[in-house]
Amino acid sequence: MIELFRNPNYDFLGKAKYFIAFSVVVLIAGCVSMVTRGFNLGVDFAGGTKLTVRFVSPPDENQIREALRKGGYAPDKVVIQRTSKQLSQSDRNEVFINTPQTEADVDGDKRKITAALQQHYGTPVPADKLDVNLVGASTLADRLTELDVLDLKKTLPPGEAEKEYRRFADHVIRVRDAAGGTLSDLKAVPLTGFDVKMGEALERAAAVGAFNIVSAEIVGPQVGKDLRNRAIIVTIVACIGMLFFIALRFEWIYGVAAVIAVVHDVLITLGLFSLFQWEISLTFIAAMLTLVGYSMNDTIVIFDRIREQLKERRREDLAKLTNNAINQTLSRTVITSGLTLLSVLALVLFGGDVLRSFSLALLVGIVFGTYSSIAIAGPILLWWKRYLEQRQSAAAPEATVKVRADEKPSQRRAKSAPIR
Amino acid sequence: MRENVLQRALVILVVTLGCLYVILIGWRAPRLDDFRSLDQIKKNLVANIKLGLDLKGGSHLVMQVMVDEALKKMTDDNAEKAKTMLENIGITVKEAKSLSNTQLVVTIADAGRITEARDKILEDFGKSEWTASLSGDTLTFTLTERAAQAYRQRAVEQAMLIIENRINAFGVAEPTLQRYGAEQNHQILLQLPGVDDPERVKKTLVLESNLELRPVDGTYRVYPTLEEAQTAIGSRTDVEALPLDEREDEEAFDEDGNPIPQPKRQPKPDAPTQYLVVSKTPVVVGRDLRDAFASSGSADGEGNYRIIFKLKDDAAKKFADWTGQNIGKGLAIVLNGRVKSAPTIRGQIRDTGEITGNFTKASAEDLALVLRSGALPARIVYLEERTVGPSLGADSIRQGVAASIAGLVFIMLFMVVYYRLSGVNAILSLILNLVMLVAALVMLGAVLTLPGIAGVILTIGMAVDSNVLIFERIREELRAGKPVITAVELGFDRAFVTIVDTHVTTVVSSLILFVFGTGPIRGFAVTLLAGLLANLFTATFVSKTMFGYVLSRSERPAALSI
Repeated sequence: MIELFRNPNYDFLGKAKYFIAFSVVVLIAGCVSMVTRGFNLGVDFAGGTKLTVRFVSPPDENQIREALRKGGYAPDKVVIQRTSKQLSQSDRNEVFINTPQTEADVDGDKRKITAALQQHYGTPVPADKLDVNLVGASTLADRLTELDVLDLKKTLPPGEAEKEYRRFADHVIRVRDAAGGTLSDLKAVPLTGFDVKMGEALERAAAVGAFNIVSAEIVGPQVGKDLRNRAIIVTIVACIGMLFFIALRFEWIYGVAAVIAVVHDVLITLGLFSLFQWEISLTFIAAMLTLVGYSMNDTIVIFDRIREQLKERRREDLAKLTNNAINQTLSRTVITSGLTLLSVLALVLFGGDVLRSFSLALLVGIVFGTYSSIAIAGPILLWWKRYLEQRQSAAAPEATVKVRADEKPSQRRAKSAPIR
Repeated sequence: MRENVLQRALVILVVTLGCLYVILIGWRAPRLDDFRSLDQIKKNLVANIKLGLDLKGGSHLVMQVMVDEALKKMTDDNAEKAKTMLENIGITVKEAKSLSNTQLVVTIADAGRITEARDKILEDFGKSEWTASLSGDTLTFTLTERAAQAYRQRAVEQAMLIIENRINAFGVAEPTLQRYGAEQNHQILLQLPGVDDPERVKKTLVLESNLELRPVDGTYRVYPTLEEAQTAIGSRTDVEALPLDEREDEEAFDEDGNPIPQPKRQPKPDAPTQYLVVSKTPVVVGRDLRDAFASSGSADGEGNYRIIFKLKDDAAKKFADWTGQNIGKGLAIVLNGRVKSAPTIRGQIRDTGEITGNFTKASAEDLALVLRSGALPARIVYLEERTVGPSLGADSIRQGVAASIAGLVFIMLFMVVYYRLSGVNAILSLILNLVMLVAALVMLGAVLTLPGIAGVILTIGMAVDSNVLIFERIREELRAGKPVITAVELGFDRAFVTIVDTHVTTVVSSLILFVFGTGPIRGFAVTLLAGLLANLFTATFVSKTMFGYVLSRSERPAALSI
């Protein structure tokens, strides 16, 4: 039997002072940063345009900037960024072009940037041809049908010509997407299953440009604000829901301690994101919610053990008992956190840029979620209980005796300081 | 625990087979060729597990219907209507204008007839929808909030219907069109799977299609500037000056109403816009169209595109009468506030007309489509666009799946190394958990998105946690010297409370997220909910059954591989 901890007996509560001091320092640093520096909000929340552009060959950021400037698009806040990981060829050819809303219409920036890039890079595509790297299958099919190089409209029954061109166009776009979204040569499209003249038709109708807009995220300013407000409200409501449930299952103070621990984790994560100016996107919200759930999970496991201990050893000191509960669940905490941390690490490493905001927030959240369940929730619970007990014994010592008869003995001990 | 292993195993078998059935075949009766080949099975799988646009590629558009602009126009029109109506019964109107989107005032010359005027107008406007207040010679009409709300809703619904018609013409497979966000936002979400150049779709969607055929005022006179045209109009309110795209003074319709190709005098692109004075009252409006299609003016089917339209029966009759009486006069074809062409009527026209202009094949087809599907009740503005190319979608799937598998493999390895045979137990319940999760997604018709994958990863974490909780508990009991069977039973009993507590807490929050959240938050909540419920079953019931099976093999087991 492999065991990580055999009968651990660490004095967590004795070190509570240091934990709290550490948390307070991190919290203050985070709050100061949140107030002074704010957040690095992605287009989801701030509004704006984010394009992922894939080039045929590795692009040069300065050249792109130059292309935008020459094309008459030069807001100073445009950010051009290489994809952070460079695992495959298509990653090396990819850049993000990020810009806040500068045009009156929502998609104005996208159009202007595309036009500027096309002007600079797109010279090989004549004006009368479609850029295969920029169009979809239906546009290409329409153009092929219009040109009708194969004279299918004359030889086939009505409607069939369109279908055949559509089939071919779908095929071309599929080949393009399989090649990472950017074709470098039209001849690379295999013609198996099609008339050889289809190749000619394609070359008459289209050419390949130097880049492809793999994804575009355009968010109007109002939408971002709505999303942000809704996300905050939903998180708060979810916390209240959990507070009520825990209060129902345990006692009010347990719920309050758990929620304080969760709020602590959320604030620290937000603070770190502000300090390091990591980007906050829509998936960040999902991460915060995961973190809330995860931190709650950890806290409840420990609380459950405290409750059970109260049942078994009523006479023991509450501090010792809480410490015991934390120690007894320690191997579970470490194993689960460790495993979850590892799968999140996998997400950070292989999950790609789309999930970056999400996986980073989770990574931070899991570390602090585990920490807060051990170092924050326990002491809060203990202090509060002690405070109530002191107040209770000072004010009305006889009150502790009046316990409702229908309550289980275990709960009776836990509620030695009735607060409801 | 040992006694009813068989019944329990049967339940697990039924659940597993049921889930596999749903994943492989879906929510329908099985067909013989469902399992004909491996490819077919794969195809069924792909068809059953719906992927979000962020995974398979496509365009996601959020647009807003500017309903208040439509309300304003309606109120403006009503002010105009009230004026005409009162003047018809001999009440002189000093002023009729709209105050706001839902309010208009009418000032009349004869204050003595004010109640008569109010009753007349209210009757026409609808007594349940408008309220009137009098003061001296001034009448104020207000649209009730309920009627305004109903009008806004209708406008959004109508806009959705028209957008649907227009989208259908693009041949997009399975477009999604639905209301988005809060009811009072008047937003529409349009998802177009597989469309990675949404520009053309967007252009066609916002194309207005306000087609009107209006009489040209008096003699055919073209004004070089707007000011001159307005001077000519003077104080008249029944006519207005509109920009002219193409003048056409030769006949465009023959005696039977069929168009004859004529050489057009196209204005040069850089020529200054000219203006034509036309009547404000149309003879025919867009609603009167029965059909519209693009047609090539030349015999070889190339170039010179125009749009041929056909009128509905009633409108055709009215139009025939009107053209019969106005031979020699001008007819302005007004599209979205511009005179597209203004042919002279040479004979009675029945039900066919044409719109010429600088059309290419595509623009003529798009416009014909727009005319066919009707006019949008209000302007549409884009709020959000997300387009994911299929290749990026494939990349994110690959990466998400790679990350999940890497995480999963490591977890499984750890479980077997750390908990030995019991770890295998954990792996089996983990796999069943994932099968049930996918089956639940298929059953609910839920769409798997990137945040959904994140939810799956969290589910895996929670599932592992449940097993760890149980195993650690069993180990504790064993350490305390309890016999194996008692230790296992106590371990499950005690961990069960904790598992229920943690799961229900998370279920509570995911339910809240699902109800109040939008988009990605919802996708996350759905997978998490399904995963947690499945996990409650696998972690307690399935896992316990497997332990029960191992324990039932010997009368008095002395050791447990944990």
